[in-house]
Amino acid sequence: MKKILILGSGALKIGQAGEFDYSGSQAIKAFREEGIKTVLINPNIATIQTSKELADKVYFLPVTSEFVERIIEKEKPDAIALSFGGQTALNCGLELYKKGILKKYNVQVLGTPVPAIDLTEDREKFANHLHKINVSTPKSFAVGSVENGLKKAKEIGYPVMIRAGFSLGGQKSGVVYDEKEFIALATEAFAFSPQILVEKYLKHFKEIEYEVVRDKYDNCVTVCNMENFDPLGIHTGESIVVAPSQTLTNFEYHRLRELSIKIVRSLGIVGECNVQFALNPHPKSQIINYKSQINNKSKILDTKNSDLVGACDLEFSAFPLEYYVIEVNARLSRSSALASKATGYPLAYVAAKLILGKSLIEIKNQVTQTTQSFFEPALDYIVVKIPRWDMDKFKGTSEKIGSSMKSVGEVMAIGRTFEEAIQKGVRMLDIGAQGVTDTSTSFSVNFTEEEILAKIKQANSKRIFFITKALKLGITVEKIYELSGIDPWFLNRLKTIVDAERDLTDVRTGLDLSLRRLKQLGFSDKKIGQLTGKKELEIRELRIKNKIIPSVFQIDTLAGEFLAKTNYLYTTYNGNHHDVKPIGEKSVMVLGSGPYRIGSSVEFDWTCVNTALKLKKYGKKSIIINCNPETVSTDYDISDRLYFEEISFERVADIYDFEKSSSVIVSVGGQTPNNIAKKIDQYGMKILGTGAVDIDRAEDRKKFSQLLDDLEIKQPVWNSFSEMDVALKFAHLVGYPILVRPSYVLSGAAMNLCYNPIELKHFIEKATNINKKHPVTISKYMVNAREVEFDGVAEKGQVKVFAISNHIEHAGVHSGDATIVYPAERVRFFSGERMIEIARELSKSLNISGPFNIQFMVKDNEVYVIEMNLRASRTFPFISKVTGVNFAEVIVDSFFGKACDYKIKYPNYVAVKAPQFSFARMEGADPALGVEMGSTGEVACFGDTAEEAYLKSLLSTGVSLKNKSALVTIGGEEFKLRFAESIWRLKNLGFVLYATKKTHLFLKTKGVMTKLVHKLHEKASPTVMDLIEKRKVSLVINLSEYDQEGSFKKEITDGYLIRRTAIDNNIPLFTDLNSARFFVNALDRYKVKDLKIKSWDEYL
Amino acid sequence: MIGKLILQDGSEFEGQSFGYEQPRSGELVFSTGMVGYPESLTDPSYEGQILVLTYPIIGSYGVPEKKFWESDRIHVSGLIVSEYVDTPSHFQSKMTLSEWLKNEKIPALVIKDTRYLTQKLRDGGAQLAKIVFQKDPSTSLRTGFDDPNKKNLVDMVSTKKIVIESREQKFLFPTKTIILIDCGVKKNIIRSLLSRGVKVITVPWDYDIFSLKEKIDGVLVSNGPGDPKMCDATIQTVKKVMGKKIPLLGICLGNQILALASGGDTYKMKFGHRGQNQPVQMVRTKKCFLTTQNHGFAIGKIPAGFKPWFVNANDDTNEGIKHVQLPFMSVQFHPEACPGPTDTGWIFDEFLKKI
Repeated sequence: MKKILILGSGALKIGQAGEFDYSGSQAIKAFREEGIKTVLINPNIATIQTSKELADKVYFLPVTSEFVERIIEKEKPDAIALSFGGQTALNCGLELYKKGILKKYNVQVLGTPVPAIDLTEDREKFANHLHKINVSTPKSFAVGSVENGLKKAKEIGYPVMIRAGFSLGGQKSGVVYDEKEFIALATEAFAFSPQILVEKYLKHFKEIEYEVVRDKYDNCVTVCNMENFDPLGIHTGESIVVAPSQTLTNFEYHRLRELSIKIVRSLGIVGECNVQFALNPHPKSQIINYKSQINNKSKILDTKNSDLVGACDLEFSAFPLEYYVIEVNARLSRSSALASKATGYPLAYVAAKLILGKSLIEIKNQVTQTTQSFFEPALDYIVVKIPRWDMDKFKGTSEKIGSSMKSVGEVMAIGRTFEEAIQKGVRMLDIGAQGVTDTSTSFSVNFTEEEILAKIKQANSKRIFFITKALKLGITVEKIYELSGIDPWFLNRLKTIVDAERDLTDVRTGLDLSLRRLKQLGFSDKKIGQLTGKKELEIRELRIKNKIIPSVFQIDTLAGEFLAKTNYLYTTYNGNHHDVKPIGEKSVMVLGSGPYRIGSSVEFDWTCVNTALKLKKYGKKSIIINCNPETVSTDYDISDRLYFEEISFERVADIYDFEKSSSVIVSVGGQTPNNIAKKIDQYGMKILGTGAVDIDRAEDRKKFSQLLDDLEIKQPVWNSFSEMDVALKFAHLVGYPILVRPSYVLSGAAMNLCYNPIELKHFIEKATNINKKHPVTISKYMVNAREVEFDGVAEKGQVKVFAISNHIEHAGVHSGDATIVYPAERVRFFSGERMIEIARELSKSLNISGPFNIQFMVKDNEVYVIEMNLRASRTFPFISKVTGVNFAEVIVDSFFGKACDYKIKYPNYVAVKAPQFSFARMEGADPALGVEMGSTGEVACFGDTAEEAYLKSLLSTGVSLKNKSALVTIGGEEFKLRFAESIWRLKNLGFVLYATKKTHLFLKTKGVMTKLVHKLHEKASPTVMDLIEKRKVSLVINLSEYDQEGSFKKEITDGYLIRRTAIDNNIPLFTDLNSARFFVNALDRYKVKDLKIKSWDEYL
Repeated sequence: MIGKLILQDGSEFEGQSFGYEQPRSGELVFSTGMVGYPESLTDPSYEGQILVLTYPIIGSYGVPEKKFWESDRIHVSGLIVSEYVDTPSHFQSKMTLSEWLKNEKIPALVIKDTRYLTQKLRDGGAQLAKIVFQKDPSTSLRTGFDDPNKKNLVDMVSTKKIVIESREQKFLFPTKTIILIDCGVKKNIIRSLLSRGVKVITVPWDYDIFSLKEKIDGVLVSNGPGDPKMCDATIQTVKKVMGKKIPLLGICLGNQILALASGGDTYKMKFGHRGQNQPVQMVRTKKCFLTTQNHGFAIGKIPAGFKPWFVNANDDTNEGIKHVQLPFMSVQFHPEACPGPTDTGWIFDEFLKKI
């Protein structure tokens, strides 16, 4: 085997995120070690796997069968790997197989055979398969219509569970309690899947998972088992999860393990597989059917001669056990990434070796370097994973969680008590909470007991805080269990925390004595300070004086049984020694980005990894601190030391004190490390690069504005206010619309556009509630202005490298949601020169060493500065990969005074970065773009022209152009006029056009005939909803003029309904004039088959 | 109450007591299994040992009723954990771990840094230790270090009477009789045999099995504590069994006894294998199995006429031997599991095929 094609997972979206960058990267490394060439297809440009150092060839193209076929034709690979790119890669692979493409080009599928994968994807066939091998599944029926579904639901009895087949992250799945709910959910599910499953709802069952690997010699191990904190019914991606399981006895643990292995063997899996079980916590004693056991047994004995596997089932039959298999994933999954980080067992790496035909025993244990890979890690710690949600970012969506995924990221915390780990985890989420008992954040403060209990019953993203609140109110563990189904074991652990806190607040004395116990239970210095009226640093001093400092322990996969050379570390107060010695002066700490969330994602991991790798060049040892299991930065082979820890001042200082590091890098992990720069500096740690004072001068809007004024650089008029009247007067003076936000901002949090005084008043009330300490900032909003990104690296105030790219959308669409083009085609020479000049001046004034990003706005040829960040921006990987200059490496060079001056020449290609949205996951959220960021990921593709690159990018985000029909609704005269030409083009392309009344009439005057559809309130048919729901259109263009509908009005507008229905029916939606026009132009110029198949190195 | 763990090398570790408060001594060993503390504590192979569990959170699912134990009592001399959970949650739990330890008069301490203890044993080898309490420091400190390996531990844990068991239904192996020589047998060995339809007669370690008026179809020498060389009586019996070419299976201590009876040799390992994730490879194949192990001694010299059957995939130590022609076989690991993975239950089938 000489060449392997690897399918990536594309853009990060809810249900499929950074974990596949981790698995793909490990697979590529594993293949390369064997001397095999790798070709990777992945349009996700921010990933680490799409680096020159990894795959031999990278295609930034859509992972769809059409494109992959053309790549196969060109590259002629010997084999294809489908299991490292999530559901996207698997689905694409199945399609290639079914279309006979793999056979045609003689491409071998590595690992698990395709029919087996296919079997696991079809729920009914799979259930039948499991029954054949005597494995139970919940009573369930696959149906193809809502009517049949209703019949089956009645047969099973409500409540029932609905699941959509072939979907990632359990989209459109859920529990329904009656016919009406059934019809609503089933209808939606059929929009995404031709088949749905109606299942028995197993109330309050435990949910347990096993990660199994199998080699081609039939050797199997379960690398990890995990137990969900939340009972069955909450998607495992939405649940708090612990590893290993805590409430299972030896019998339960090993019986389920045995079943997992049995399933994996029956399928002939080679590589990795994940099996999820439902387990009844209160099973009835089973009646033993002796006869059937004997049948079983004779089967086992028969197979013994040929194959010495399988354990005897009979032994345990007397033990009560009621379980059902819920799901099997015959590929690397989110859970496998978690299991990998939780145990130190490099699952993806091992899986890659296995599919090449190696046996487990031939693969060295990468952690100990002395043992091999046929073993099951023994943990001497507990791991807690907590999902990170960003529901607040979406207007109109609820906090409820259930069987489909809504979370956008996750954290993993390691401790030696559950209490220690969960409290760490809650802080790692970076949502402002200091621990599970934290009520200072806005939730659960003013709720009545009744409301709290309701919030415990209906699972939601903040349930854990309601539970601790309830415990504080004296509500019993039994009652909470009854409502939530969360095992009393977990609730009792939370109670321990609540009790410890209460004892402390009751007594307030004896802090010295109880301090150690509080730290063992995971309390932060800050929290203890809050409880005792002391400052965080006072508590720190007190505990250091009492020698209460965390131990540094290794994750060694064998619980200390063998001496391990691992660099994978965590800290705990449940210990008294350190496993490792400090590195000292030679070490440099690199702070990672924490959990993925809207606005902070894989792009920061890319910068962090590249920075850590480059430190070697300067003879430095890198120490990465991060807490996100979906990242490559937390892989065992990236840094010299990895602390899987909180990115908080307290923990960074602990590690700094222990390691005696020379310095800390805060500018490559996004806003999270940046936010603690000041404290780090004040504590006396050395920050590499731009100083903390200068960071503050750029972050603090007032100081920064002053600086701009001093340098005579233009900025939109703004001011900050703590009183409403003054704010209203100012807004009136500068004229609406205006942009309102609190002083420290990440990804547009709590930012809003206001068009009139009523909106402004309403918003300020909301915003000031969010943050009382900081005033709000109001700035003039410029209509129809262009936005430009300026990314650069400076050294001692001198700009060393920079790149300019522009947004397609006008200013006002968050830069994270914008379509970005490089090179900045539409920036005039004069404006470009002015931007460079401004960047030089600002770099000098702020004495920048390291990365920076400036967002400019251009209006009437005037250049304005909107914002500046003295850290690597979201666009760094994009810019690095399209210019061929690794900006992250220049950052490191700049830290050591060795950065060269780069002159990037104007390219003969264009690259376009497009956002990936996950609105379909966010029930009820309005998908219109705005100043709040809403996208969960991004893709970028190259082309000879911007149009070619854009079309490839759109196809990469899941846009499909199967039928040529579109719905057009355009608000306002100006938009109508400006979009008329595009509509004419669509018509010429053969599109069947539907339009709402005003648009229809307007187009008629322009000579474009459209079919008339009605808005709902017009009470005539056909309505726009009919059109979308029956999927008569393949495209919806809905342009509203500045959202005049008003953001605070309660009633549901037509525009919202059209947008939301399009999303719920999986129909591509355009809501921005410029990107819609750009799209039509692209369609006009290119057919899909015209889009060139060129690899990255063919462009650069 | 605070107790103290004192090692023979003089090091001391304080910890909160959650067991019976009475000094005990024994050999300090660690186990890396993450589940199955009730099974481990009642495993007679732990007789005379103070057990350190490396998994830090213990007590979570309480203690089940006696029929689920591996013998009728706790065999460890003491227990050390990092965090004890006194609020168990499991439908089978009948009492808390603390209540159980107190009932059975076994001391237990919460010593936070069990990882340090583990590393100490790993690097320095197993050593003697004792648990003492502050109540009466003078007397408890006077307690010496008992070396369990100098005692005949097998005699202490072996059955005192002969037990005959069988299931009513006899399907596949009608009326075949297996003699189980109990050197400290785990109940799941008996359950494993019974479920396969044979009659099991459990006898004491030093019993003359040929004095029984039964046709013997096979002999199983069980696991048990301590040095195999202390079990001379069993070694003599095994020699006779082999002389009569009766099918023979040795498990753990039984494995070592088989080796000694046929001219091989055993040695004391540095810290032994104790855990549930021990990988063994079947010799000359690519087949691997995950096993539960609990032993401090191992086979050194393979006896003549035997070939190695399994080796440990981590350290290459022998994990089982098989006679080249005759139906004699033995394994160092625990095919009966409990606690641990059930991958090697087929060893019982392999044995019963020979009878």
